[in-house]
Amino acid sequence: MTEKTTDIPTTVEVTDLDCSGLLCPLPVYQAALVLNKLDDGAVLRLVTTDPGALRDIPAMAHQRGDTLVEVFEEDGKQVFVVQKGSSQ
Amino acid sequence: MTQTAVPLPVDDLQGKEPGLRRKRIALVASKGTLDQAYPPLILASTAVSMGWEAGIYFTFYGLDILHKDRFEKLKVASLANPSGPIQLPNALGAIPGATAAATRVMRKWMSDARMPTVPEFLQMNRELGVEFFACATTMGVMGVEEKDLIEGSDIAGAAAFLDYAAEADISMFV
Repeated sequence: MTEKTTDIPTTVEVTDLDCSGLLCPLPVYQAALVLNKLDDGAVLRLVTTDPGALRDIPAMAHQRGDTLVEVFEEDGKQVFVVQKGSSQ
Repeated sequence: MTQTAVPLPVDDLQGKEPGLRRKRIALVASKGTLDQAYPPLILASTAVSMGWEAGIYFTFYGLDILHKDRFEKLKVASLANPSGPIQLPNALGAIPGATAAATRVMRKWMSDARMPTVPEFLQMNRELGVEFFACATTMGVMGVEEKDLIEGSDIAGAAAFLDYAAEADISMFV
């Protein structure tokens, strides 16, 4: 599988979550359940297919104070890289 | 007050500088149909997922959403519902079985879309700390007792809810 490289150092813990086929509010809800358990600085790699997620996940990260590092498309799905906490 | 909330791992900024405390949404759920049960539950679960506080005041028919014997049996009206799952003229919407048919279709829509059921949404909300206010007046008027309501329901009147809503950033009536 070809992994897109990100700015996140490879030493950072990355948790994968596949929310393909799920509609609002489930991607946000399931992402939050994972993010709540992560340490600051850890990374969530979230896959979605809900078109609404393109605005929902950035909004969620903004409201929670997490950092949306990157969003890209892979295999026709949306991939969000969210780092817990603010990068500052 | 029953405390079933699982605390979110965000700083508790309540009472600190204005603007830094957690945001809050106060919702009123006044309708007891299956379709209208979803919006407040979706908004509340989203809010707590984003680290906000959320509370729902269940009043009038909306109290059925908290009612243990009724929350799995909420229905979609086929009468006077031109946007419903089965679109019938009102004369036909009133025939026996039409509401049951509309309800079946909506349940299938939801299930096919992998959306949680109303009881599942309630559980999700409760686990993330959404406050459930059960309207005391509705309980008195409709003969609903505390034992009829799901665990974690706080019986409250309008003043208690408004006290909660007065500290909210967003309030909505559904």
